[in-house]
Amino acid sequence: MSEERKRLQIPCSEEEYRSLRAGDRLLISGTLYTARDAAHKRLCALLDEGRELPFDIRGQVIYYVGPAPTPPGYAIGSAGPTTSYRMDKYAPRLLDAGLKGMIGKGLRNDEVKASMKKNGAVYFAATGGAAALIARSIISSEVIAYEDLGTEAVRKLEVRDMPVIVAVDPDGNDAYEAGREECRAALASL
Amino acid sequence: MRSISTGLITETVKNAFLRANYDIGADITECLEKSRREEISPLGRDILGDILLNDEIARTERIAACQDTGMAVVFAYIGQDARIEGGDFNEAVEEGVRQAYSEGYLRKSVVSDPLFDRRNTGDNTPAVIYTEIVPGDRIRFDVTAKGFGSENMSAVRMLTPAAGVEGVLDFIEETVSKAGPNPCPPLVVGVCVGGTMDKAAVLAKKATMRPVGTHNSDPRYAGLEDEALKRINKLGIGPGGFGGSTTALAVNIDFFPTHIAGLPVAVNICCHVARHASAEI
Repeated sequence: MSEERKRLQIPCSEEEYRSLRAGDRLLISGTLYTARDAAHKRLCALLDEGRELPFDIRGQVIYYVGPAPTPPGYAIGSAGPTTSYRMDKYAPRLLDAGLKGMIGKGLRNDEVKASMKKNGAVYFAATGGAAALIARSIISSEVIAYEDLGTEAVRKLEVRDMPVIVAVDPDGNDAYEAGREECRAALASL
Repeated sequence: MRSISTGLITETVKNAFLRANYDIGADITECLEKSRREEISPLGRDILGDILLNDEIARTERIAACQDTGMAVVFAYIGQDARIEGGDFNEAVEEGVRQAYSEGYLRKSVVSDPLFDRRNTGDNTPAVIYTEIVPGDRIRFDVTAKGFGSENMSAVRMLTPAAGVEGVLDFIEETVSKAGPNPCPPLVVGVCVGGTMDKAAVLAKKATMRPVGTHNSDPRYAGLEDEALKRINKLGIGPGGFGGSTTALAVNIDFFPTHIAGLPVAVNICCHVARHASAEI
């Protein structure tokens, strides 16, 4: 990598989440929880019914991933990010419940960004399609809820030096928009 | 008549899906390497480097290049002088998909009912199977493991004949621009101009499977491919969507005769993990 990457232990303090800036390149270590479409639907249904979630979501980071099955000798199968906008409908509900970070890929809508701002939360992006590479930074994986959902079950992951980029920071700055605009202008002048 | 057993069909389809999911084609690798040399964004160059490393890991360790190992799409070209023996052809293909996805540690991503239950079928079947009867006594399979991050960004539009070349180029550009970072750029964009709504969509899917760097044999459509690629790569979306000059690796355009009143265009988006394989029996 051509640029220095900062290391970040997850979960971290509210101040640390708030200090992250769009475009920061990080290597994150610590605990993540996985959830994608079907699990989000169930988590939000629990909140709507006033019931407890299967894990304490406060201060945590959710990775939008449905991993491939684990081959023998591996901690997990290939595990790259899925497209985040499908979780936009559910994300504000979880952010209000204390979620502080999301890892995925692609754009978020204005409602999610407003909720992130309100709650001091961060949206990280991992490289879509680099699933075999990303899996190397996952050192353990354990299903903790919704086993019936298969790949969509909620897993607790331990990661070491997982490469991510801060895509949207808690002030609403968007690295996708900024990067695209900068390059579009540069390409127009070529 | 030449006999072909359903067992051999199953084995062939199985191996094709394993290869498709583990072995990203040399055409893609070469194009990614060239793009990394030419990419204007330093972050974009790093992301292309990560993608190349990822594909190398998948190839050498025989693991899925992407966790979304897709919905299985099979184009079968069945020679009219071949006789299939030992059972049902479609079931033999499904069994090949089933075996590849269970034995190859590939993700099962298919739900039986799209709207109400959304229950995972557990074996990645059914596949989407297209059969064509062709001369000869062989069977050829072109298979693709189609991920849905990119499939979701695809579109069909029924243009009017007056929209012409500009209308087609605008629609291709608009589809890619709207998709932005979502479908995992750099992309392989499959396009079909003409036919009916369904024919255009099927041929656009086939176009995603054509090796990058090849061109339509009709020079007018080859020129359209170049022009569309140039316009897409000026959008600035870049590798991973964080900005750059490599938004697409290729735009593959096919065409089909159409009705006097119509100009259908289908744009099937495929990510950089363009997984396809061919086999002949």
